[in-house]
Amino acid sequence: MKNFNFINPTKENLIPNLYIGIFLVAISLIDVFINSFLKVNLTSFLPLVLSVFLPFVFGMIGLHLIRIEYSGIKKLDNLNKNINTNNFNAALTLIILFIIIKAIPPVFSWMILDANISGDTKDACTGSGACWTYIKIWLKRFMYGMYPNEQIWRVNLAFIFLIALAFVGYFTTSKFKKFLTLYYVVIYPIIAFFLIYYLISGGALGLEWVETGAWGGLSLTFIVSFFSLIFCFPLGMALALGRRTELPIVKYVSVGFIEFWRGVPLITVLFMSSVMFPMFLPQDFFMDKLVRVIIAISLFEAAYVAEVIRGGLQALPRGQYDASKSLGMGYWKMHIFVILPQALKLVIPGIANTFLALVKDTPLIFVVGLAEIVGMLQMAKTNPKWLGFAMEGYVFSAIIFFIICYAMSKYSYNLELKYKTDR
Amino acid sequence: MKLKKILPQAITLLVVVIIFGFFSLNAQINMANRGIDFGYGFLTQESSFDVQFSLIEYSGSDSYARAYLVGLLNTLLVSILGIILCTVIGVVIGIARLSPNFLIRTTAAWYVEFFRNIPLLLQIFFWYYAALRALPLPQEAEPMLGYFFLTIKGFYTPSLVWMNLDIFIYSIIAAIVSIIFIRIHGKKLRENEGKHIPVLNISITILFILPLLTFFFGGVEVGYETPVLKQLAKTSFIFDGGLSIPPELLSLVIALSLYTATFIAECVRAGIQGVGKGQREAAASIGLNRKQVLNLIIMPQALRIIIPPTTNQYLNLTKNSSLAAAIAYPDLVLVFAGTALMQTGKAIEIVSITMLTYLTLSLSISLLMNWYNAKIAIVEK
Repeated sequence: MKNFNFINPTKENLIPNLYIGIFLVAISLIDVFINSFLKVNLTSFLPLVLSVFLPFVFGMIGLHLIRIEYSGIKKLDNLNKNINTNNFNAALTLIILFIIIKAIPPVFSWMILDANISGDTKDACTGSGACWTYIKIWLKRFMYGMYPNEQIWRVNLAFIFLIALAFVGYFTTSKFKKFLTLYYVVIYPIIAFFLIYYLISGGALGLEWVETGAWGGLSLTFIVSFFSLIFCFPLGMALALGRRTELPIVKYVSVGFIEFWRGVPLITVLFMSSVMFPMFLPQDFFMDKLVRVIIAISLFEAAYVAEVIRGGLQALPRGQYDASKSLGMGYWKMHIFVILPQALKLVIPGIANTFLALVKDTPLIFVVGLAEIVGMLQMAKTNPKWLGFAMEGYVFSAIIFFIICYAMSKYSYNLELKYKTDR
Repeated sequence: MKLKKILPQAITLLVVVIIFGFFSLNAQINMANRGIDFGYGFLTQESSFDVQFSLIEYSGSDSYARAYLVGLLNTLLVSILGIILCTVIGVVIGIARLSPNFLIRTTAAWYVEFFRNIPLLLQIFFWYYAALRALPLPQEAEPMLGYFFLTIKGFYTPSLVWMNLDIFIYSIIAAIVSIIFIRIHGKKLRENEGKHIPVLNISITILFILPLLTFFFGGVEVGYETPVLKQLAKTSFIFDGGLSIPPELLSLVIALSLYTATFIAECVRAGIQGVGKGQREAAASIGLNRKQVLNLIIMPQALRIIIPPTTNQYLNLTKNSSLAAAIAYPDLVLVFAGTALMQTGKAIEIVSITMLTYLTLSLSISLLMNWYNAKIAIVEK
């Protein structure tokens, strides 16, 4: 063992160090693995403290031994560079690996192995794991709220139409391309409104009337965020332009509006819309709860959109304004054709964040008594036949929200790349 | 040309006036019809409702104004605890996202993606209704480190019992004031005469010595009280004594700080990445050591990028703390805009006071931030 230098592994004594190091790391990982998956403690004959820390000590020594600079083996160098640069990093690496190995079996068995999905009642859930039967039975309520079961096709149909109409942009010929903006900003929202009004709400064309109080679940999340999105964007744009004008009254009204809505929490805005707003309307004038909520959320988010767009407007160099003015463009021409297209492109990430915040804020409509998916969970949780399944419900809706929001953020990232131009 | 400037302004003004006029007219008619009179006199009336958790002494015989104060203090408590915790987590995660270690980097990135993309309300519900409900009952709770108990009814820790606490607090204030003076003096010496005095060491010494002296000369004494299990009925136990943190507060602080920490982590990451690589290299090439590079070159520039968005996140946290109403933690919204509004029916007054409170909080913080921004902004010559 002339070549074996334990303290300072270098390229000269590569092979023994490498083998011993890999062996030790493997032992430590296998020990934790067996401990976690098979619930057998290999080192149980040792005192408790030693038995707990032994894998860690073995792993540290092993990682120290394989930390050989410029070894010439590409994989080893990459490994060292990425997870094993020094002792501190090696310790963190081991801790994270141990936690992952330890956490997989309980989570896995709770979600899949010990879980139940068959049956129709609570008694079907016999395992110690999750009770997906609960989600299965309540799925319609989580998706559609208290909407009558035999009418659910109307909600589905409306959403299918809406999605289909949203893809019109991909199929238009170049002749109609110039009308696309008009279509998305004006025509599409109007179609959407009538679709939802006549199909989901009903009351005409031989369809049964379903009041908005019965709407709920994930479909309500979509409806509220869809309309709030559509309304808050133009309003926010107008406010951002208003804040940047030289006309003092317009400017201060915009500033006041923006600062007011940005300064208060959404929950108080919704409180206002439900208890204070009716006082401000004529006595026999009735406005639906859902409409009030959508107006409240739109006004609230418009202030945030305005601030994001203002950031984009400020980031544009003065030259852009001067150049378009020197071409004889007026205020509106300049903004529509030169300033806004560039400014909006700059603030795509910010706008996406605001829209994400909007989607994540929709559960707050529970304040006014509307139950979207989180609200439905709270209702289902207190049902005496299905007590004690809060965890399953939260995990389920967390997964749904995560998918929606993650997809949105990835989409915005793609948009950002697509419209990125070098300046 | 003049008309072009006046017309839009006149229209804006007209719209604002019409909307406000319409609303106030309707409000007057509605209130007259329902027999409600407008006024803030109710604030001095007896509130006659109880609050679960309060920092100041409060009972049903106190006024609505005091109930408002209770709610406000509870909101501030959650916000301050949340801000401290989310800063710690956020900075750690933000630095971890830049780690050379692949595993740490990925774990931190997934933490951010995961907690950022789930609605805060859902997270609060999760901690309150699912995670903390799985804790043991008080009689079955195992003590942690001997004196701490984490139970379904809350978190119990020993509390400190102070004698002459006011003297102790005054001594800390005095220490801080003298440290500020020493720092100013030290800066002056350094800039004018090039002398270095060990400001940090002196500050730490003062901060410890001055409060310590009060124990010997000021009559300050400190003891501690541990929580003790007490039986109320046959199967009902509670912990008595010590400091108890209700589960509502616990779940609210955990959820708020885990959620906001993701945003702060992104701010920290952006700030550190925003300092150009050339800065670090230039600093190293003029012979500064690692610590000096970090303290004198990187951090001052990174902080300039980090602090404005982070303050925004603190504001968001404070506003988000109003979600407390969903799990019945008695914050401003629940106590005042909830219970007090139900009892008095004074919707306009109460909602306006609540909104005004939040507005004052956020506007004052943003003013402070603007002042700070102006102070640290790069002065270009």
